[in-house]
Amino acid sequence: MEAATVPLSRSTSLRRLREAGGRYVLIALLLVLPVAYGIQDLSQTGNLSRLGNNLVDGLSNGAIWALVAIGYTLVYGIIELINFAHGEVFMIGSFVAAGFFGTIGLTAAAGPAGLLVGLVLTLIACMAASGVLNVMIERVAYRPLRGAPKLAPLITAVGMSFILQNVGLLWLGGSPEGIVDLIRSQEVFFTFAGVEVSNGDVLALAVTIPLILLMTAFIGGTRLGKAMRATAQDPDAARLMGINVDTTISMTFLLGGMLAGAAGLIYALYQTTIWYFQGFTAGLIAFTAAVMGGIGNIKGAVLGGFIIGFIQQISDNRIGSSWTPAVVFAYLVLIMVFKPSGLLGEQTREAG
Amino acid sequence: MLELHDIRTFYGNIEALKGVSLSVDEGECVTLIGSNGAGKSTTLRSISGLTPPRFGQILFHGRDIARVPPQEIVRLGISQSPEGRRCFQRMSVQENLDMGAYLRRDKEIDADRAHVYELFPRLQERRTQKAGTMSGGEQQMLAIGRAMMARPKLLLLDEPSMGIAPILVERIYETIAEINRQGTTILLVEQNANYALGVSHRGYVLETGRVVLTDASSSLRENPEVQRAYLGT
Repeated sequence: MEAATVPLSRSTSLRRLREAGGRYVLIALLLVLPVAYGIQDLSQTGNLSRLGNNLVDGLSNGAIWALVAIGYTLVYGIIELINFAHGEVFMIGSFVAAGFFGTIGLTAAAGPAGLLVGLVLTLIACMAASGVLNVMIERVAYRPLRGAPKLAPLITAVGMSFILQNVGLLWLGGSPEGIVDLIRSQEVFFTFAGVEVSNGDVLALAVTIPLILLMTAFIGGTRLGKAMRATAQDPDAARLMGINVDTTISMTFLLGGMLAGAAGLIYALYQTTIWYFQGFTAGLIAFTAAVMGGIGNIKGAVLGGFIIGFIQQISDNRIGSSWTPAVVFAYLVLIMVFKPSGLLGEQTREAG
Repeated sequence: MLELHDIRTFYGNIEALKGVSLSVDEGECVTLIGSNGAGKSTTLRSISGLTPPRFGQILFHGRDIARVPPQEIVRLGISQSPEGRRCFQRMSVQENLDMGAYLRRDKEIDADRAHVYELFPRLQERRTQKAGTMSGGEQQMLAIGRAMMARPKLLLLDEPSMGIAPILVERIYETIAEINRQGTTILLVEQNANYALGVSHRGYVLETGRVVLTDASSSLRENPEVQRAYLGT
């Protein structure tokens, strides 16, 4: 805020550039990689199936990031806190999935019907476990600090993150644990115009899309959803309407945690490897997705998740996976420079 | 209807109210005047439960509500149009009004909304517009209308004239008088004593967290000290 009052010719020219072409620059930026590789594919093989495969894989990976990113964005939207423990809530979702398979004795030998029932039950278990865990984190580590300076809950969030990582470490040990490939996730489900869609891709989208639609309908249409939006915009005014702000915040953590739990299940089935540290990486990527899309904005989180999924796949497949983090964050930096509030960013409470 | 007995409210270690006592009877319009920082808004925030008093009693229909949470206070029949209006900026006029009826489940919400539109025809014209895009005066109407949607027995109004064009202030004050005539009890906080003493029956003068003077509004207007300090004559 102070800096804005200091006249700097360079910053004004940058602002002019942002205003003039912000949106078009962003669209062009996002299309550079797919278009460039599309042209390359066309000139080399005469079709776009390799690019198509990248996009399908990107879509299913992006679905996981989108589900986790919504949790960051919901919580930030309502209490302006980065819930650093959210990645670990996702990790616990994966662990519960693996444990639950064992408990109900679900194996690859179960028929399609048995598998479907088993997976739906597991999904419910994961969502319930991660949702309740997230509510408990809020109750223990954030609610008592509601009136405290903003750094206080931020640091307890980091603390909760480490505590839960240690829970994961005690639970399954320090090395990646392979789990049974229930859905044969890499097996091709169908092929369309040379693009192979695997079982894992189908599962990821079949779980994610309905969940996101349900969530949007919930927030847009129900009483509690309205309470969430009102609390996000002005907590004191929400109290004056008779909204129980604490309950509303708990519900927000419940929703975010449930989506992270679902993402944990998809991840476990898709990757067939889980470990205590997966939440750190996933959390970082999903948080990036939420910021890229405009933190506080649900559609932005979903968009950011899918964009990062695409960038990762294209980079993994074309540039080399060791470059992927650099490519992803280079994109983040560019997008932020041109649109500091994120792709679909709204003004937050602080900004007015 | 409402009685404050020696309430003391703190922000951290700062004592904002140093023992405020006042009362509002059924059907009255009572005003609380005073300069900036006198504790007017804090008094309303204490009644609504946003900043509960550390000491003292707040009796509403004889029940102590000093430690009752804000949402229960709304349910009991006290709603507030807060300082600075605090409309939900990214919601439309109609959505804002419906938030005011958040705790209600009866069938008369539509009728009450129509009544608010009758009181403030400007809101009806703007009902699909986002609150954040409206002028200060329009948002003030919305904030009062939103508080009315809770069907309060007691309506708390905090500085309805603040930062608003004089022509709109007059219209808003006419409506406040009308709301009171229609039977809603009002406790009005105002820096602009001219308007407040014009519409109210009784008044309290607040200075640095204490009530220093109370009288009928017509007498307060004649009081030389009040004239000098608050009426600018």
